Amino acid sequence: MALSRLSLRSNRFLRPSTTAAALPSSIRRRVSTDTTPITIETAVPFESHLCDAPSRAVETSSAEILSFFRDMARMRRMEIAADSLYKSKLIRGFCHLYDGQEALAVGMEAAITRKDAIITSYRDHCTFLGRGGELVDAFSELMGRKRGCSNGKGGSMHFYKKDACFYGGHGIVGAQIPLGCGLAFAQKYSKEEFVTFTLYGDGAANQGQLFEALNIAALWDLPAILVCENNHYGMGTATWRSAKSPAYFKRGDYVPGLKVDGMDALAVKQACKFAKEHALKNGPIVLEMDTYRYHGHSMSDPGSTYRTRDEVSGVRQVRDPIERVRKLLLSHDIATEKELKDMEKEVRKEVDDAVAQAKESPVPEPSELFTNMYVKDCGVESFGADRKELKVTLT
Amino acid sequence: MDFEQSLRRTRSASVSARSYAAGSKEMTVRDALNSAIDEEMSADPKVFVMGEEVGQYQGAYKITKGLLEKYGPERVYDTPITEAGFTGIGVGAAYAGLKPVVEFMTFNFSMQAIDHIINSAAKSNYMSAGQINVPIVFRGPNGAAAGVGAQHSQCYAAWYASVPGLKVLAPYSAEDARGLLKAAIRDPDPVVFLENELLYGESFPISEEALDSSFCLPIGKAKIERQGKDVTIVTFSKMVGFALKAAEKLAEEGISAEVINLRSIRPLDRATINASVRKTSRLVTVEEGFPQHGVCAEICASVVEESFSYLDAPVERIAGADVPMPYAANLERLALPQVEDIVRAAKRACYRSK
Repeated sequence: MALSRLSLRSNRFLRPSTTAAALPSSIRRRVSTDTTPITIETAVPFESHLCDAPSRAVETSSAEILSFFRDMARMRRMEIAADSLYKSKLIRGFCHLYDGQEALAVGMEAAITRKDAIITSYRDHCTFLGRGGELVDAFSELMGRKRGCSNGKGGSMHFYKKDACFYGGHGIVGAQIPLGCGLAFAQKYSKEEFVTFTLYGDGAANQGQLFEALNIAALWDLPAILVCENNHYGMGTATWRSAKSPAYFKRGDYVPGLKVDGMDALAVKQACKFAKEHALKNGPIVLEMDTYRYHGHSMSDPGSTYRTRDEVSGVRQVRDPIERVRKLLLSHDIATEKELKDMEKEVRKEVDDAVAQAKESPVPEPSELFTNMYVKDCGVESFGADRKELKVTLT
Repeated sequence: MDFEQSLRRTRSASVSARSYAAGSKEMTVRDALNSAIDEEMSADPKVFVMGEEVGQYQGAYKITKGLLEKYGPERVYDTPITEAGFTGIGVGAAYAGLKPVVEFMTFNFSMQAIDHIINSAAKSNYMSAGQINVPIVFRGPNGAAAGVGAQHSQCYAAWYASVPGLKVLAPYSAEDARGLLKAAIRDPDPVVFLENELLYGESFPISEEALDSSFCLPIGKAKIERQGKDVTIVTFSKMVGFALKAAEKLAEEGISAEVINLRSIRPLDRATINASVRKTSRLVTVEEGFPQHGVCAEICASVVEESFSYLDAPVERIAGADVPMPYAANLERLALPQVEDIVRAAKRACYRSK
């Protein structure tokens, strides 16, 4: 099966391309701030469509790889904590978790700036964090509190951070794709040298509006990068059951594409860097990120009726993005096992503190029911369930 | 000039001046809309136009005539026939702070893009607690034309006006067209702007004030087109013309009808409507669209709830027939409100026999 072939390859290439002698800890440099460039080769080659694939040699640094570890560990812990909170009924409605896919969020951020835009689906918690969102704002939003990033009015699927050019958080499958192309349109219109990454799943990849938006993006040379997070299941439907052609990176037809090992943060970084350069010069490009989610589609889905537990644990053992980075850090002597474990403990405490803080946060005032409908209210009236009881003039 | 200043300069929403200055100008609705878009594009570089045939073809109904020539292809975009795609792109551009004016060749085609109008545009400011506002205008002809059949004749006023987060406007005269479209383009919220194909060619007198580039009408204020004391007739768009004709006929029979032009379907000017009904005690509502769950139903409910003790007769609704629009001319006539329907309803409300 494809997954086991990958595991052999990844073991072979985790050995550093430049051998680093193991130094005694007493004279080893403090590596968390070491930004000396080092080059790591990706385990899996890129596959390309209508373009030349970027090099597998990724420029990075100890500091960067360490930051990948910390950021992914934080994202992982956040999602696990959300799982718990949902089961204790503190989170309601829909909750779509991203654990397993963290490499995508951190790899992308490493390649771009906060002026490049990102827009994604409802599986948005980690993307929000990647854009600089705070843990306590995320947990507060999930629990419907005032402190939430959307003041408790959005919920899990509607996180936004406009000051970091993160445009949400969208519940309608595929809608974010034309919206993302619109963000790219605005960037081009304003003559800014920035790009938009619009993320969608293998399920959304079949949506007609994708092809409509991509057609316009290609015609008008918009700096739009369509990123298919192929986690192989659209809710409970495997890709082979929903797509006649599951080669999502090729489905842009006249638009170039790249297939990327989405569980390798460095490969993701390389691909996003390549895509940004491409989009600024040549218009849209499609990136297919081969990734995996450990949880089901949402908290209502055990995720085991359409895939075997062996498959899930297999991916966890062989392709887990955090474990891969851990191995890299250890084999390059960037950090010791203890240092990494300590880091994970710190992250766990960070998350636990944020959850505790969010739990204390109050719910929105009842008057918030009627706020933010319009920027310019112009004396609009709004009504509660009993209009004779609750009527408000928006000002 | 900022919006507040221009607002203070506009007339209040009460009585329209019936005397026109000697040698006053006339303007078609088409020219009114064209000039409004032109002026707003000139004033704000973030405003751009997008839609099918809006550029090189000069607009399917010539509303965007001359704009491509004047502003170039970076302000006027011809799109492929892909409403879901280009509407989503327009909304995304608005997220980023641009001010798109998206044209639907008719609002029937907006159904292909309705998810973006409602879920991507209308609800975003609320869901993001004010982070993402959407300063977009969706405009185009709405309702029946002549002989275009069932798929090209629906009125969408009721559908869009039911959505919190949208503003829905429906101009009647050239002054309405100019003032409301300029207000819509300047507005920081998503606006659905429902025009009428059959009104495009109609000429209306237009004041100097309305011709000024700073002219703007307030959103959410109805206009009393004709004062009266016996019965209130409330309507919007093309039906305003029919209601005015009906008022003339009623006047000949001694019934004084007050005609209210809504201008704004959402927000709905309940205050003006109710104040009028409290004066006349009788209500006739008129719309072109399907009768069930229509705009008229909302107005009737509002009046019954707020002015029940003032009513001297049951509220009346005149609407399109409860059928898909037929093609044959005689059937089409039966499917749409006619002046005689409005007259009959007003007489019923006045307990007058035919």
